[in-house]
Amino acid sequence: MYLLNRKQRHVVNYTWMIISLLLVAFLPFLLFIGLYFKSVLLLHDYSLFDLIFSKSWKPASGQFGFYPFIVGSVWVTLVSMLISAPICLLTAIYVTQYTRKNFLRIMHPAIDILAGIPSVVYGLWGILVIVPFISRYLGPWLDVKTMGYSILAASFVLSIMIIPFILNILIEIFKAIPMELKEAALSLGATQWQTIKHVLLKKALPGIIAAFGFGLARAFGETMAVLMVVGNVVKLPKSLFDPGYTLPALIANNYGEMLSIPKYDSALMFAALLLLAVSLFFNLVMHFFIVRYNKF
Amino acid sequence: MTRGQKIEEKFFKALMILATYFILAILAIIIYSIFEKGLRSISWEMLTQVPQGGYYYGKGGGILNAILGSLALAAGATLLAFIIGLPVALYINVFLIRHKKVINVIRFLLDLVWGIPSIVYGAFGFSLMIFFGLQTSLLAGILTVTLFVLPIMIRSMDEILRTVPIGLQEAAYSLGSNKSEIAFKVFTRQSISGIITAVLLSFGRAIGDAAAVLFTAGYTDHMPNGLLEPVATLPLSIFFQLSSPVPEVQNRAYASALVLTLIILIVSLFSRGLGKRYHKTKINF
Amino acid sequence: MDDKSKIEIRDLNVFAGKTQILKNINIDIPKNKITVILGPSGCGKTTLLKCLNRLTDLYPELKVSGQIMIDGNNILAAKEDIYKLRQQMGLLSQRPYPLPMTIYNNISYALKLRGIKNRRETHKLVMHYLEQANLWDEIKNRLREPASRLSIGQQQRLCLARGLAVNPEIILADEPTSALDPISSQFIEETFVRLKTDYTIVLVTHVLRQAKRIADNVVFMYLGDVIEQGSAEEVFGNPKMEKTRFYLSGTFN
Repeated sequence: MYLLNRKQRHVVNYTWMIISLLLVAFLPFLLFIGLYFKSVLLLHDYSLFDLIFSKSWKPASGQFGFYPFIVGSVWVTLVSMLISAPICLLTAIYVTQYTRKNFLRIMHPAIDILAGIPSVVYGLWGILVIVPFISRYLGPWLDVKTMGYSILAASFVLSIMIIPFILNILIEIFKAIPMELKEAALSLGATQWQTIKHVLLKKALPGIIAAFGFGLARAFGETMAVLMVVGNVVKLPKSLFDPGYTLPALIANNYGEMLSIPKYDSALMFAALLLLAVSLFFNLVMHFFIVRYNKF
Repeated sequence: MTRGQKIEEKFFKALMILATYFILAILAIIIYSIFEKGLRSISWEMLTQVPQGGYYYGKGGGILNAILGSLALAAGATLLAFIIGLPVALYINVFLIRHKKVINVIRFLLDLVWGIPSIVYGAFGFSLMIFFGLQTSLLAGILTVTLFVLPIMIRSMDEILRTVPIGLQEAAYSLGSNKSEIAFKVFTRQSISGIITAVLLSFGRAIGDAAAVLFTAGYTDHMPNGLLEPVATLPLSIFFQLSSPVPEVQNRAYASALVLTLIILIVSLFSRGLGKRYHKTKINF
Repeated sequence: MDDKSKIEIRDLNVFAGKTQILKNINIDIPKNKITVILGPSGCGKTTLLKCLNRLTDLYPELKVSGQIMIDGNNILAAKEDIYKLRQQMGLLSQRPYPLPMTIYNNISYALKLRGIKNRRETHKLVMHYLEQANLWDEIKNRLREPASRLSIGQQQRLCLARGLAVNPEIILADEPTSALDPISSQFIEETFVRLKTDYTIVLVTHVLRQAKRIADNVVFMYLGDVIEQGSAEEVFGNPKMEKTRFYLSGTFN
């Protein structure tokens, strides 16, 4: 009935498992090494400091200053976090502490749909709704001249995209707090809000910080949606209403033309390496943060 | 409770309600604007034809090439990720069950990989492609997207498999099964619905991602024909159509976005019907 | 009725959906005594305790009806100031749940909720309550450490001190020694016996020996019903009901 006997099948299965496992375990290192070797060409000629802090980006004449892109990425990431972090925290507290369980049954599918909508569709929605809103209403209202395609537009779209990601983690964290801890605080005569403020938030703090850290890392690497609404202008943005450029957008926009100049190719791979490093760093730190806290 | 405390609690509760309904309202607005714009411009022609000459200047045709391309690419990547992912998830939960430390390291690595942005995979896939002298193609796209969905696939299967009771494992041992038999027979059968959920989740991720395929799958106005040919994908077709200055073409982008969103909604509906939600981060106090 | 009753429970019914958890409960709990609520697990003891300080409010699926009179006031009817009401009772749960703060702040937080903000008074009272809970000598040099670093037995005594710090008249304890080692359990039991001169203590347990050691008054419950209640000598010495006798002889648990 079978081609192989039991023992042979065991060997085949086992080998298959080990090979797959090794592939997966070495994936982050592979990515890092691969991108590093592609960036060596650039790193050979320029110091890391120059690359990161030089403002001039002229690939054709051999100037590779990543500063405008880094600044753009940092702006977009931080502003989007400023928008989504309080919204997520408030919502997570509301749905876990104030509503009945049925409410989560509405909330979970809503979160899942938000999480499932592809990046490109978010970008399209940004162009349809957010960009015109900023250029036609918000800008004039605040007396700012703006195209709409701006750091603010990108931050807003991005903040919506990371809401499901952060919110999911936060809800899990608040659900994991034992009911008895709440009961303990209430039995001392604390009000529900005092219990939340003094006890639950404190208990959940490391988890909350980690959730925000994971969200930050995710926002930093988000490509398509940001690319579509951020404006893609290589200039240091002076205000939220200025257009900007981000690292992922830089890579995505130039994938065709880079092949003609080897250093350009290398520069884009260096940008990818930077993204990888930021992502790994944040996830690493947040991970140890949670582990440490749980022990103590 | 003093008056100040009451006002404070009311204030924050109001903020919470506001935040919650803000999220629901945003979701409604997104869904509404995509459906409203998309339904207006969608047509039978769009779903059944490939782009004609001059399509991007408003001439006739459709996006069938992108729909089929995306389905092929996502299906290929999901299948590959499944073939690599299932054994890893099984290995963790059957063979390493006594080595908690090793398991933790692997789970940690997987979570790290999960967090890497898809554009990084795209760039990596692209340089690998160049290294091996490959062209942009369906195969290159599949390989890149596989790497990208692999951690999602493994971690979601892992979460399901770790709930298989130890007793079941012991019972299987006592019947004389060896470990790989237990893994592939007992565990997979026990968690089949969870495994399907993981597959659907990965499929949804794979079909929606643009940044990883931008470099590797290429783009073509023809139907996908073969692993080594470039292939069109829905996210990219939305992106390209939207970049066109012609309003009609932009309208088609809205219709394409509707198609993509519908595919993803249907997939997530299926996986929801199948079973429990999957939570990435579990934190125990 | 005995005029020394601190708590009188009348016709208490609790439903969770369609299942009835407590069935027409009538209990009198005498003042300054240890009343042990005894019974096999799942008989509704914990729910009864939660009714006493209205923690049942936390679970919207529970429907509570009847009366619980504390010093003549029906607490189930109270709408305002459930917080004041809960401060009349100190709660000790099955496992210790110290607040995520320092040892010192676990107590001082309770004092703050009671309205005590003066630092010197706070100091004095923190020490006082830790002494009452038989903990002060062990931890007087560790007051600024997170409470989670204490051993389980110490944590439980810290929770007791915290419960006392709201200045209650009643102590509600829900199997407070079930997670503890024998020595810590003994500590808690001794503390209860000492405290009963000042407090009315309601102790839920399924450990028969513990009940025999410290109970003044016993309520035996089975599957949501009160089967028998009375003084410890009566119930243990001469049980009237067959179910009580079965339980006491260890036939079911």
